[in-house]
Amino acid sequence: MRYVILVYESEASMQARSDPQHQAAYAAYVRALYEAGVGIAGAGLKAATTATTLRVTDGKRQVQDGPYADTKEELGGFFLIEVPDLDKALEWAARCPSLPSGVVEVRPALPPVA
Amino acid sequence: MHAAELAARTSYGRLLSMLAVRSGDLAGAEDALAAAFLDAVEAWPRDGVPDNPDAWLWTAARRQIVDAARRHKTRDEKRHLLALDGELTGDDAHTDFPDERLRLLFVCAHPAIDPAARTPLMLQAVLGLAAERIGSCLRVAPKTMGQRLWRAKIKIREARVPFEVEPENLGERLFAVLEAIYAAYGSGWEDLTFDGVASQGLTSEAIWLARLVVKLLPDEPEPRGLLATMLYAEARAPARRSVPGVYVPLSEQDTSRWDGAGLAEAETMLEQAAAMRRIGPFQLEAAIQSAHIHGRLSGSSDARAIAILYAGLVQVAPTLGARVAHAVASSRADGALHGLTLLDAIEPLALRDTYQPYWSARAHLLEQLERRGDAANAYDRAIGLTEDPGVRRFLLERKRRLTP
Repeated sequence: MRYVILVYESEASMQARSDPQHQAAYAAYVRALYEAGVGIAGAGLKAATTATTLRVTDGKRQVQDGPYADTKEELGGFFLIEVPDLDKALEWAARCPSLPSGVVEVRPALPPVA
Repeated sequence: MHAAELAARTSYGRLLSMLAVRSGDLAGAEDALAAAFLDAVEAWPRDGVPDNPDAWLWTAARRQIVDAARRHKTRDEKRHLLALDGELTGDDAHTDFPDERLRLLFVCAHPAIDPAARTPLMLQAVLGLAAERIGSCLRVAPKTMGQRLWRAKIKIREARVPFEVEPENLGERLFAVLEAIYAAYGSGWEDLTFDGVASQGLTSEAIWLARLVVKLLPDEPEPRGLLATMLYAEARAPARRSVPGVYVPLSEQDTSRWDGAGLAEAETMLEQAAAMRRIGPFQLEAAIQSAHIHGRLSGSSDARAIAILYAGLVQVAPTLGARVAHAVASSRADGALHGLTLLDAIEPLALRDTYQPYWSARAHLLEQLERRGDAANAYDRAIGLTEDPGVRRFLLERKRRLTP
């Protein structure tokens, strides 16, 4: 079954992005995901300050600067993985280098549209 | 409980667990089993009760699941459920049913399940209790309880919460199972009517579940520790209230009203657990009960030993209740001032300050230190926070005795 790992970065883990050690840890994590045959897709996201939000209000398209949810932790990236069950998904999520200062959410994904 | 009722409870849990473990879908398994029972109500009076009623129910429920799977739209789930069909087309009348209830208990107490749903989920899935009964015993509105159970079951299916436990996680996961069982016991223990008669609540269900875990995991000491803890409490229950229903602390209980056979069984359980030489929070809890009881029965309590046991408990399971009890136990060994220091250190404050036993303990220690004004204030806080009329009467009496 497919799961998405959503990585929410804290201020500290956002700052760590420029740290070569943190980058090396991420590179190793991604490699491990793919070498285990678990990783399907994923991307790190640029800072929430670069986000643009769209919505339709009264039939009119509104474009707004900033992320949809303005929270203390910001969405910093995601991975799409394929594993047999939730425990396996949690096991992989727990290895994410943005922990322990960030927060990771695991969500089952809908099956791909045929 | 009636023998027939016990047998029905056992076969319900066993059938449901087999269906749920194989389909990965607790909600669907419940629906299928309910439909199978309806079929039985129609067929058995007509055709006679089958030789092996469980096998009959199993076949009927399995057919329900497979039919439901065929109706499913998504290929993924369909394949998953149809695997059940292949696996189970054997000679059902001679199926030797494996006991899968342990897996069911583990999925109910999975860390991905809302902690508030774990105890009710277990009571419903393993014992077949209705949401209304569980809700009223746990003081949750039936509708809210129904929704909570439903959300948890849907999560098990949709997020594919596994029924298996990796051996390296067994200890941690088992603790969650035992904690949920103990929570069911606690609800019944507090649930006393004013005339001192326990309304039973869920205490017997909790003990039944603990016995089941002891049977299914005979080489683990903690289930025996939990069972011993509850059996000690049960054995003392008749002395826990005076005749008009006023709370009686352990130190003042009439020991002749304790149930000797119950105490002996608890003692045996604790000894068996201790012989496995792997200590854990529930064994510590039981050992504390044992020490208290021996103290009362022999007339000389070992305050130091009890304080040490509590210190151990607080280290492995620093719950609010354990920390307050530790402070009181330490005050008996090292003086009221020391106990007060431990009470002061309890965090988080928001939880502590609305916790009745904290204020009762504080009042008791302040009283010993002869700080009567402070003690009276603390008694007032405790009186204001208790929900239990018997405890309220006890505390009011203590406060009244303060005034010289």
